[in-house]
Amino acid sequence: MMIPVCRLADLPRGEAYRLDIEPPVAVFHTEDGEVLAIDDTCTHQDASLADGWLEGCEVECPLHASKFDLRTGAVDAPPAKLPVRTHQVVVDDGMIYVRPSEAAPNLPPCVAARLGAGGPA
Amino acid sequence: MRTVAVVGASLAGLSAARALRKQGYDGRLVLIGDEPHRPYDRPPLSKEFLAGRVGEADLALEADGEDLGAEWLLGVRATGLDRADRSVRLADGRTLRADGIVIATGAAARTLPGSEGLAGVHTLRTLDDARALRDELARGGRLVVIGGGFIGAEVASTAYALGLDVTVIEAAPTPLAGPLGEAMGGIVSALHADHGVRLLCGVGVKGLSGERRVDAVLLEDGRSVPADTVVVGVGARPCVEWLEGSGVALDNGVTCGADGRTSLAGVVAVGDCANWYDPHTGSHRRVEHWTGALERPAAAVATLLAHGATEPGVPRPPYFWSDQYGVKIQFVGHAAGADSVTVEEGATDERSFLAVYRRAGTPVAVLGMNQPRLFTRWRKQFTA
Repeated sequence: MMIPVCRLADLPRGEAYRLDIEPPVAVFHTEDGEVLAIDDTCTHQDASLADGWLEGCEVECPLHASKFDLRTGAVDAPPAKLPVRTHQVVVDDGMIYVRPSEAAPNLPPCVAARLGAGGPA
Repeated sequence: MRTVAVVGASLAGLSAARALRKQGYDGRLVLIGDEPHRPYDRPPLSKEFLAGRVGEADLALEADGEDLGAEWLLGVRATGLDRADRSVRLADGRTLRADGIVIATGAAARTLPGSEGLAGVHTLRTLDDARALRDELARGGRLVVIGGGFIGAEVASTAYALGLDVTVIEAAPTPLAGPLGEAMGGIVSALHADHGVRLLCGVGVKGLSGERRVDAVLLEDGRSVPADTVVVGVGARPCVEWLEGSGVALDNGVTCGADGRTSLAGVVAVGDCANWYDPHTGSHRRVEHWTGALERPAAAVATLLAHGATEPGVPRPPYFWSDQYGVKIQFVGHAAGADSVTVEEGATDERSFLAVYRRAGTPVAVLGMNQPRLFTRWRKQFTA
């Protein structure tokens, strides 16, 4: 399923957009002009990576110091221990679309517990 | 260099060990920790762990399968450092000779004189402290927190959410005035009142009352605050007693350069026990921040491996965060020396704002409450 995100023209380079699906997805437009999507929630604790510090092809969580590679989802710096999922991005006619991964997400313990206890608050 | 000993097995020690391997050190690596536990994360101890929302396995700092090829000596305290052959003496009588030593012994919670042996009185620094306090809070009742700093405020917030009746006692007229300044300290500590947690400021604690178990906190103005449980959150002191007489210069922790070097060749210091030279301010400062313990060991390890022939990189400005009553608080920079504080976005009474501290018009620090995105932009600007 392709989900429309926003117009490419509305997402300047160096910026991120949070797609409010469950779990949310962060879409980044890098300074080099690439558009990449990963899970928005840091796997360490509940924080939005779309609010984070984008540098090259890497984002640092806005709260602590975990870093994730936007291309692979791998953890580049602790305290996070698990990768985020990456999602396929398609830009068509100036519109950004995301195809969410079907793999199971790595949600931080607090969020996983909350979802497990009957859905998002 | 054939053997490196890292004394201290918390975040700073682990970060140093990781940096050693990352920077190509392939010799013998020994980590010494006085706690019996593998390295664990402390920030959740006053928050999610204390609230029972995350377990001990979640606190582990090492990733699954992470192998540093290190020897771990856990549950044993270092008691001395012999400069002649650069060896570390351990409490169990063993001695470990090393070519390089990383001092990462951290800091210990200050206690209240006279509270020893009184049940119901806690500090919060270690996993064992947190386990004990969590069990105590599960009993409910009245909690009195002595100290309105970040640890005290986080414990108060967590205990409030668990349903306890909470009072915070702060000796200074405004809590958090040290790190945040008077105005912003007042705004952040107003979170207590928002949630019906009593905050008593500008009054010192005379002592505790109780036979075997604490039953009240006695204030210097004669008041008595009934308590079933007391948490003492009055700061920490660097754990450097073991280095006295070793030749390592000590002054509010281990005196070290911007690159972590100490007064002894082959010995560097990292984390909460390290009193680093800060080129930004031209003075030494000991910063008890998680982020410093994570990031700065790389510079100290580079110094160690290069036998001191390194140029220290410019460290990122100090950053810390706190979570209280569901509000995310973030701070970067140095509030001391600021001559103005301006709210640039949001509103303080909504507990969602960004404030910028300036000295002679130049930003020197930023405080965010529930503004992670804007805060990140400012922090980035500071570092650039």
